[in-house]
Amino acid sequence: MTSPQRVRLRLSWQHPEFRAILYQIIVVGLVALAAWYLISNTLHNLAMRNIATGFGFLDREAGFAIGESVIAYSPSDTYRRAILVGIVNTLRVSVIGLVFATILGVVIGIARLSSNWLVSRLASCYVEFIRNVPLLLQLLIWYAIVVELLPGTRSALHPLPGVYMSNRGLLIPSIEGPSVLAVAIALGLALLASALIARGQRVAQRTTGKQYRFWPWLAGLCLALPLAGWMLTGQEMHVEVPHRTGFNFEGGWALSPELFALLVGLITYTAGFIAEIVRAGIQAVDRGQWEAAQSLSLPRGRVLRLVILPQALRVIVPPTTSQYLNLIKNSSLAVAIGYPDLVAVVNTTLNQTGQAIEGILIIMGAYMTVSLAVSLLMNWYNKRIALVER
Amino acid sequence: MKIVHIAATAVLSLCLAGIAQAGQTFEAVKKRGFVQCGVSTNLPGFAFTDGKGEWQGIDVDTCRAIAAAMFGDAKKFKVVPLTTQARFTALQSGEVDVLTRNTTQTMSRDTTLGLIGVGVNFYDSQGIMVTKDANVTSAKNLAGATICVLPGTTTELNLTDWFRGLKMSFKPVLLDTVDEIKRAFASGRCDGITMDKSQLALARINYGNADKYVILPEALSKEPLGPMVRQGDEAWFNVVRWSLNALLEAEEYNLTSKNVDEVVKSNTAPHIQRILGTTPGMGKGLGLDDKWAYNIIKQVGNYGEIFDRSLGAASPMKLDRGLNALYNKGGLMYGWPIR
Repeated sequence: MTSPQRVRLRLSWQHPEFRAILYQIIVVGLVALAAWYLISNTLHNLAMRNIATGFGFLDREAGFAIGESVIAYSPSDTYRRAILVGIVNTLRVSVIGLVFATILGVVIGIARLSSNWLVSRLASCYVEFIRNVPLLLQLLIWYAIVVELLPGTRSALHPLPGVYMSNRGLLIPSIEGPSVLAVAIALGLALLASALIARGQRVAQRTTGKQYRFWPWLAGLCLALPLAGWMLTGQEMHVEVPHRTGFNFEGGWALSPELFALLVGLITYTAGFIAEIVRAGIQAVDRGQWEAAQSLSLPRGRVLRLVILPQALRVIVPPTTSQYLNLIKNSSLAVAIGYPDLVAVVNTTLNQTGQAIEGILIIMGAYMTVSLAVSLLMNWYNKRIALVER
Repeated sequence: MKIVHIAATAVLSLCLAGIAQAGQTFEAVKKRGFVQCGVSTNLPGFAFTDGKGEWQGIDVDTCRAIAAAMFGDAKKFKVVPLTTQARFTALQSGEVDVLTRNTTQTMSRDTTLGLIGVGVNFYDSQGIMVTKDANVTSAKNLAGATICVLPGTTTELNLTDWFRGLKMSFKPVLLDTVDEIKRAFASGRCDGITMDKSQLALARINYGNADKYVILPEALSKEPLGPMVRQGDEAWFNVVRWSLNALLEAEEYNLTSKNVDEVVKSNTAPHIQRILGTTPGMGKGLGLDDKWAYNIIKQVGNYGEIFDRSLGAASPMKLDRGLNALYNKGGLMYGWPIR
């Protein structure tokens, strides 16, 4: 309204702005109408066929067992709890998978650019093989390897004291007791504090030019804080060694073959794609940047870390976000190898209750929430590293 | 907005007219000219493809019987292989007319899905199979065992109930296909597998060294398997129900696919003549030809014949009739009188 070129909005067809607004209103209206029609039609049809609807079933007893769970669960819990177990299991795979796929992907991506012929060829072969075989097949292969090649429980491999490997999974001694949580939290705090100190040191180095030592801080914090946690919570910690009872092992920490196969499959598969993205990102940085940095006599590793990667990240982050989302969604293939993820649990639920539409809505909602959260996080990171134009 | 509303309502009612089939399945099937049955994807003995690519099995033959009753031609049917997850949705949405899919009849399935069980074409019970060298003689001493099971069936719940009832812990491993389960069991990933006993018997044969495996004696559940239809169409319900009963009646009176033509000519017993349609009147109430039951027997056989070729003496499974013998031979199969 302020600029002189702009004409006052008039309600007439001759006015382009009015037309544009009207078209948009019509489109939104049509979309809303279509949604309303589909929903009401569905509800009507369900009612006509006497099919129960609604989310009331979530509070009924589930009555089925779940193979592995991070949180406490028993068959007498509700469907709500069972689905929560599924969500936590999916998150567990996703988080571990994202971290390791990223590490492996970066390593292989850099290896592809190595000047060593053998290393770069091997990395290329890996990428080509992994990218061109369907993920489901790879998962089944990993699962078959674990289940078929490892011996049964009776003749479990016993490479180290307290460590057992069999086709029931890997068992290692676990640390039990009330102090465990306190120590773990203290360790987390120590790492966080170290990161903050490192940051402070970097800022100080920029202003004063002096280099500060970081490792004494790290070592000191990582020893002192957990020790304090252990002292404060009554020094109750003991190692629990797995031992055989009847059919299975009791005690210790177990990694099931299903989880192992799913993790290895997802990590190796996604790493292949991330490797390509990393390679492309590094090659997108102008050759001159290398030469300029090397003329300052920086060693190759530092050139990569300080000059090349920060610029390459701008190319790397957006496509990597899609790969992250792919990994999360691909984790639903767990159904095929018997890992009780969200989809597996909801499948069972909707079979027992017959509430297919509600079940699918829950799956969609859960994946949407997780994926959008990852997207937001990555977009925020992407903005942070974006080229600041001065 | 009012015009939009009226238009939307008109569109809505048109669509509904297309979908709503309450009470009209019978008419729809008649008009289409063939029956669509939902069957298992691959379940030897119940629904499987033979060497020629033809569908065979007790569930498929039940479908054939319905087609023979409906059209006088047992070939007028199409099978739609369905997973356990998709089966009820496929029936609810009208993708199939009847579910002859190794499906357990339960109260919650009759009361919450908008479907209704019609009868039983196989009485089964769930069992557990273990390896011989596990030295287990009863399912009561499986505390702590790992059991492989198919997801999303009553099997999974019965297994959980069994262990809960005995206050024992166990670990389920859910694998999506029977083949995956068999493989996991063979390689020792699980201590036992659980399915309906008919399936266990078959799995045991498939392993090739049947002596290595033991099916434990306990029955974890009752599994009355039978066809289901949508609620609200009694005419169609009746066709399915009485096709089942015709199979049983035929076996009881020794009417087989081989001798039925003889019997039609020679036998004058009124109950036989009613079934075979020589005395007219029985088909009218069903809305079918009087020869409906004759067509079933002639083209598909009686229940005993079907059982023998799918699961019994003439099949690789060699299952005993057991609960599926006729009531006068110590079983539960009891054909309701066609009169």
